[in-house]
Amino acid sequence: MVREPTSGGGRGVSRRGFLAVAGAGATAGLSGCLGSNPIAAVGGDPREVAIAGSSTVFPVAEAIAAAFDEERSDVTVSISQTGSGGGFSNFFCPGMTDLNNASREISEGEIEQCGDNGITPIEFTVATDALTVVVNPEADWIDCLTVDELREIWRADGAQRWSDVREEWPDEEFEFYGADTTSGTFDYFVEAVIGEDANHRSNYYATERDRTIVQGVQGNRHAIGYFGFSFYSENPDSIKAVAIDAGDGCVSPSLETAMNGEYTPLARPLFTYAAQQSLAEPEVRDFVRFFIERAATDIVSEVGYVPITEEVRDENLQRLEEAVAEVTG
Amino acid sequence: MAADTGDDHSFGRISRSKDVAFEYLTLAATLVGIVALGILFVYVTRDAVGWLDWQFLTSPPHPDPYEAGFYPALVGSIFLMIVIALVTFPLGVGAAVYLEEYAGDGPVERFVRINIANLAGVPSVVYGLLGLGLFVTLLDIGYGTLLVAGFTVSLLVLPIVIISAREAIRAVPDSRRQASYGMGATKWQTIRNVVLPEALPGIMTGTILALGRAIGETAPLIMIGAPTTVFGVPNSLFSKISAMPMQIYTWASYPDTAFQYGVVAAASVTLLVVLLSINSAAILVRNRYQ
Repeated sequence: MVREPTSGGGRGVSRRGFLAVAGAGATAGLSGCLGSNPIAAVGGDPREVAIAGSSTVFPVAEAIAAAFDEERSDVTVSISQTGSGGGFSNFFCPGMTDLNNASREISEGEIEQCGDNGITPIEFTVATDALTVVVNPEADWIDCLTVDELREIWRADGAQRWSDVREEWPDEEFEFYGADTTSGTFDYFVEAVIGEDANHRSNYYATERDRTIVQGVQGNRHAIGYFGFSFYSENPDSIKAVAIDAGDGCVSPSLETAMNGEYTPLARPLFTYAAQQSLAEPEVRDFVRFFIERAATDIVSEVGYVPITEEVRDENLQRLEEAVAEVTG
Repeated sequence: MAADTGDDHSFGRISRSKDVAFEYLTLAATLVGIVALGILFVYVTRDAVGWLDWQFLTSPPHPDPYEAGFYPALVGSIFLMIVIALVTFPLGVGAAVYLEEYAGDGPVERFVRINIANLAGVPSVVYGLLGLGLFVTLLDIGYGTLLVAGFTVSLLVLPIVIISAREAIRAVPDSRRQASYGMGATKWQTIRNVVLPEALPGIMTGTILALGRAIGETAPLIMIGAPTTVFGVPNSLFSKISAMPMQIYTWASYPDTAFQYGVVAAASVTLLVVLLSINSAAILVRNRYQ
């Protein structure tokens, strides 16, 4: 760092000159790279659609946003994974996002919180998911669980060992991997399996990152976990899905069984909620319309979910146009 | 370590083998870092082959790993860097000039100096919390925007810029200032015409290295709510932005293994290349004037 003086002031001027030229050159080079999108609009109102919410719905939203971006590069779509509940209470209802993805329906309390801030949520069904129960691939003793057994495993004070569920199963302790309490997947699982008479167990590894569940279940022969179907459909060899018996025999999770209604009670609708006030902005309106239209196409099945039917799509579109008419009046 | 055979007086018995052994020991200590960096580079580069191409650098993210791109994150990081440079350079140099040229050596000044050094060691996640509380909640300029991210990370690297700028200014020989005063120059004229031109390369080097640290930061961005994925580049200071490390973190949790290895590796190589270019720029600026 210590530099001895080498020459007089003439050097100093050329040095300043060099740095100025280098700085200008670097700036010009940068803006050249950015091409069609210079930093022209410094400040001002950004043309963007902000989305937060469920990590289960994220792959659907991402696929559709990528397709939207190809057609409308003037609009910036951003998606955050916060969990359904986290998205409603921290982002959507305070008015910070335009849409909130949810893997369950919005709750009364959340509608109230939104209402307090002058936000009216409009519900759109965008896909169907098969919530999937997974075990280690080496767990050769298990292929199918009844809903009662599933409740016994996951309720508070329930089974601690595999042999507590069925006597012929190994006398080994469970290791539990499940969805975090801010997650809509957790809420749906509680509603569909645990019921109101019991609580979900609290001594389990709770995470919003499905990959953590996969790694945990892969790492322990006696582990069990649950998450959305798409994560399983990407890793069918590294992890084993358990069929569910709701009284009519064992049904394995798949796009077909979720679509035709055989896979109960774990097939569930996924939603996105739009803030009616945000629909006043044309780019949000365009994106929601695009989202609903594409939700009925193969884009959705490619990422491991069941697309909505054309009837549902038309209902959604009708609800959208009514809401738009109200807000643009 | 080795059995000590010499007596305890003076230097002990002269042992050439000990001398050589110590040399190799220090060499090994040096190599650990270099080898680790080398292995990391080989691994990610091997995984990135076939993934890192022009399409990857110019496309937005996509659920299909073969179509996924890094463009919004790359541009987001560059914009972020410009904002950080614009904020930290004047503030950092201003603070350094004050502390070196004007401030005395009273207890208050000493307190400020010690605390700037302490601030440089505060973990980045704490700065993220500060940014969340100050810019997002209190001043309400939007979560995860370019401006908030820029300010937050600026706070993080500001102490580093101040410290390096102070050292550069201190390295200007006092005889030059005295000569300037002797010619009748004022304090401002001396700083403007003598001190800053002489210290500028050192200040630039420090600032550029601090920027290199800034673009690798993830924790503050997560804390201020930067989105998981952004499509398109920011079109205003209030646009939500993505940054390279954020996007890498997101991709690493995708179910498809092609993301976990290929795409993440390609993104990591891009980030490393950008970082190393920034560091080389700093070295070039320094060498140019030594």
